Amino acid sequence: MSNKVLEELKIKGDEACGCFRRETASYIKVGAATCGRSAGALEVLDAFREAARENSVKVTISEVGCMGHCYAEPMVEVRKPGWPPILYGYFTPGKAKALIKRFFLDDDPGLEWAMGAMERNDLIPSVLDTPRFGKEYRAVLKRCGRIDPENMYQYIANGGYEGLAKSLEMGPDEVISVIDKSGLRGLGGAGFPTGKKWKICKMQKADAHYVVCNADEGDPGAFMDRTLLESDPHSILEGLMIAGFAIGAKKGLFYVRNEYPLAVERIEKAIENARNNKILGDGVLGSDFSFEVEVIQGAGAFVCGEETALIASLEGNRGMPRPRPPFPAQAGVFGKPTVVNNVKTLANVSYIMRGGAERFASVGTGSSKGTALFALAGKIRNPGLVEIPMGTSLREIVMEIGGGVPPVVKASELAGSVPKRVEKKFKGVQIGGPSGGCLNEDLLDTPVDFDSLQSSGAMMGSGGMVILDEDNCAVATAKFFLQFTQKESCGKCTFCRIGTKHMLDILEKFAKGQGSEQDLENLESLARDVSMGSLCNLGKTAPNPILSTLRYCKDEYRAHFEEKRCPSMECQDLIAYYIDPKLCQKTCDACVGSCPTEAIFTRPDGIKAIEQEKCVKCDSCIQACPPQYDAIYKVSPIDDLPEEAKNAAPVQDGKT
Amino acid sequence: MNNKVKINIDGKEIQAEAGSSLLQAALDNDIYIPHLCYLDGMKEPHAGCRLCFVEVKGLPGPVTSCTTKVEDNMVVRTHSPDVDRLVKHAYELIISTHPIVCKTCPANRSCALQDMAKELRLPLKPGKLNKILPDYPIDDSHPLFILDPNLCVLCGKCVFVCNEVEGARALEFLFRGISMRIGTAAGLPLAESTCTGCLKCVDVCPVGALSRKANQVQAG
Ligand SMILES: Cc1cc2nc3c(=O)[nH]c(=O)nc-3n(C[C@H](O)[C@H](O)[C@H](O)COP(=O)(O)O)c2cc1C
Ligand code: FES
Repeated sequence: MSNKVLEELKIKGDEACGCFRRETASYIKVGAATCGRSAGALEVLDAFREAARENSVKVTISEVGCMGHCYAEPMVEVRKPGWPPILYGYFTPGKAKALIKRFFLDDDPGLEWAMGAMERNDLIPSVLDTPRFGKEYRAVLKRCGRIDPENMYQYIANGGYEGLAKSLEMGPDEVISVIDKSGLRGLGGAGFPTGKKWKICKMQKADAHYVVCNADEGDPGAFMDRTLLESDPHSILEGLMIAGFAIGAKKGLFYVRNEYPLAVERIEKAIENARNNKILGDGVLGSDFSFEVEVIQGAGAFVCGEETALIASLEGNRGMPRPRPPFPAQAGVFGKPTVVNNVKTLANVSYIMRGGAERFASVGTGSSKGTALFALAGKIRNPGLVEIPMGTSLREIVMEIGGGVPPVVKASELAGSVPKRVEKKFKGVQIGGPSGGCLNEDLLDTPVDFDSLQSSGAMMGSGGMVILDEDNCAVATAKFFLQFTQKESCGKCTFCRIGTKHMLDILEKFAKGQGSEQDLENLESLARDVSMGSLCNLGKTAPNPILSTLRYCKDEYRAHFEEKRCPSMECQDLIAYYIDPKLCQKTCDACVGSCPTEAIFTRPDGIKAIEQEKCVKCDSCIQACPPQYDAIYKVSPIDDLPEEAKNAAPVQDGKT
Repeated sequence: MNNKVKINIDGKEIQAEAGSSLLQAALDNDIYIPHLCYLDGMKEPHAGCRLCFVEVKGLPGPVTSCTTKVEDNMVVRTHSPDVDRLVKHAYELIISTHPIVCKTCPANRSCALQDMAKELRLPLKPGKLNKILPDYPIDDSHPLFILDPNLCVLCGKCVFVCNEVEGARALEFLFRGISMRIGTAAGLPLAESTCTGCLKCVDVCPVGALSRKANQVQAG
C-alpha cells in the first residue's frame, strides 16, 4: 500500500528532479554547505550562472550540500548529454567561466581540472576506482552533495519520507521492533541501542513524551552533524518524526549549536516546507498522527551536548549535567520521558525505515551495525567527511581513504630551485575528540566499531579523527585537549573542575621542561581518579588523551622533564632554531626578511645567525630558507645549540 | 506509607525509609560518610562534591551514596581501597583550592572541611597536589552578610535554597571550569540583587564563604 499524500508529492518531486535525471539533461551542481562556502563556492556558483547567461548555455545550475571532500573544496559536478557526470575539485570562478565555454560550446570537459567521472564509463576514469570513493559506503550521506537541501521535492524524489509513510502504516510497536532488529546504536558517542532506548521511553506512563535531536556537536574538528543538517535536513526531520511516532511523542525539538546558522536556517526551512505539505503538523501524511517541531539554539557550551545538561538548557537552566539515573528516557524535558538522539542516529532511522532492518544490518560487524561517519582532519592528504562500514580498519581509513600522511613540501621563489619533499612519519590518530584516545601505529589494524575502539583505549565518540605525524608531540596533544575540557567543564563536580586543572598544570610544566617523575605519577593517579570519580562523561572521559598517550608514549613524556627535550620539536619552550653555518649561503638573505622580530642578523662573514633572545619560534625562517640550502633546523634540548649559536648577537659598531 | 527496608552498612543492620538515599540512611544511623553537597529536601541530589563514595555489593566500582536509593537487603561498605582513594583524592582536590585561613575564617570550628579532616584523619593539606588559590573580590555590599567566593567549595546548597526554597533567584553559578564561582545573576553586588535577606544561604553554607556580618551574629 502506498501513502496518497506522499504519492502526490512524489509527482512534484519527479518534476523537480527531472532536470537531473533525464538523459538529455545538462546540469551543474555546486557543493555549497559551510565548508564549500568558506572556500568560495557561492562565487563559483555566481560565475557559472553568469557565464551560462552570457554564452546562452542551457543548463540547470543548482546549489547542493556538502560533497564531503574538504581538501578539494569548492567542488562541482557537471553533466552534459553524451558524457558521464564529472566531478571537479578545487574550483574557482575563473575555471567556472572557462568550463562553460569549453564544455558546453566546444565539447571539451576540461579534464585537467576533473577528479574523475562519478560513474564507471569508457571515456573517463572514475573516482569510484580510487580508495577515497571506492571504500566509502554512503548510506546516510547518500544525498549529501547530490540534492538541493532546500528543495523538499528533490528529497522526496530520492526516497524521502518513505520511511515515515511505512512507519505510519506499521504502528509504533512494529517501528521499534524494526529499529531494534536493525541493531542501530546511538552515534552521539555512547553507542546505546536506539531501539532499546525508545522502548524504555515508550513504556513510561506520562501525559507527554518528547523527542530531541541532539545537534550540539561541539568536539573540536567534528562537523558530521553540521554537514547532514546543511546538506540533507529532511532526512533528520524524518528520523525525528519516526522517533516521535514510535514513542508516542507529539512534540520534537532540535537542539542546534548556536555556531551553526546555516544548519538552523536549513532545518527551519525544511520544517516549514514539511508543514506546508501535510508532512508535519496535524494529520501527518493523512494519518491521525500529529507532530510539531521546534528549533532551539544551544547555549554555546560543549557540555550542553551531554544529554542531561542539554535538557537543563532546554528548560532554561544552566547547562549542567545531573546524575543518571533517572535517564532522560525515564524523566527528561520538564520531567517527561524523553528520547535524545544524535543527528546521525536519526539520519539512520529514516534510512532503516525506508530500506528495512536487513539492508542496514547487512553492513558492519556483529555488535556494531551499519556505517560510521568520520571527519578526517590533521596530517592527512584527503581530509573530509567519510562514511564507512563499521569494522573498517583504521589503516584503511587513514592510509587508503585518507591517503596517509602528506609530506611537507618546501618550495622556494628562487629561480631554478627544485621543491623539496620531506616525507613525514605517521604517529597516531586521535579518535573521538577530547574524550577519545590516541592510537599509535601498532593499533592501526583496530577495526572501527564501538567495542574495538573502546577496548583499545579510544572511543567512537561523535566521530572526530585527527591524524598526527612525527611533528606532533604527545604532551602537546594531550595539553591541547585538556585545555579544552578544563575550559568546557561545567564546574559542578570536584574531579572534573579541579582535577582537570591539576592535570593541565602538570602537562604545562612538562611542556616547559619542568616537572619530575613524581609529577608523572600524580598525573597518572589524577587521570585514573578523574575518570572514575567524575559525575558525567565529560569528566569521566577527559583523561583519555592523557591515559592513551601515556600508554604508548611514556618515554616522550619523560624526555620533556628529564632531558628538557621535545622529541617531536613541538613544545616551543624546549626548542631553538639554528642556522648551520656550513650550509648557509652567504649571499642569500631570505631568512632575514622573513623574521618578524628581526632576530636574524648577518655576521661579518656574510653567514646568517639567530639572536636567540629575540626569536619567537614562528618557523618563518625555516619556511623561507631555500630548499637547496636547507640551512635552518630546530634543535631540542636548547642546550644542544653549539656554543657560538647560544649567544650569537650582531657586532655592535661602536655607536650602539 | 512508612515503608522500611533493611540494609547492611559495614556489617551493621539498619532500618531505612524506602526511597531515601543511602547517604541519608547512613547519617540517620550515625554512620559517617563524608559529604559536602548533599542537602535533605533537594528534589535531586547535586552530586557535585564526589566525597560520598561507597561500595554496594553487586555494583561494579564505587557509587556516590547521595544518588543511590536504599534497597531491601542492600549490602554496603563505606571503605574499600577504591573508595578510600577516591574520597581522599576528592578531599585533596577541594583542599587544593581552599585557602587555609582558619584563624580569621568566620566558619572556624563550625567548618565542614575541618570536621571532615578530623573524621578522615587527614591534614588540611592537598597531599601531593599544588595549591591553586582563587583571588576573587569579596562582596560585602549586603547589610546582613558577606560572600567570600574564595572560601567557597561550590557545594551549591546556597544556590538551591536561594532559588528553590526562598525563590529569590539571587545566587547562581557563574563561569565554567576552574573559574566557576557563586555570584549574582548579572554580577550585581548582593545589595542590588534580588536577595531578600532571608539568610538561608548563610545557614546552609558548610564553610566560611557566606557569613553573617559581625554585628548580626547575635541577632542571627
Ligand atoms: C560532554 C559531552 C558532550 C556530548 N556532546 C554530544 C553532542 O554534541 N551530540 C550528541 O549527539 N551527543 C553528545 N553527547 C552524548 C549525549 O549525552 C547522548 O549520549 C546522545 O545525544 C544520545 O544520542 P544517541 O543515542 O543517538 O547517540 C555528549 C556527551 C558528553 C558527556
Ligand atoms: S554528597 Fe554525594 S556527591 Fe556530594
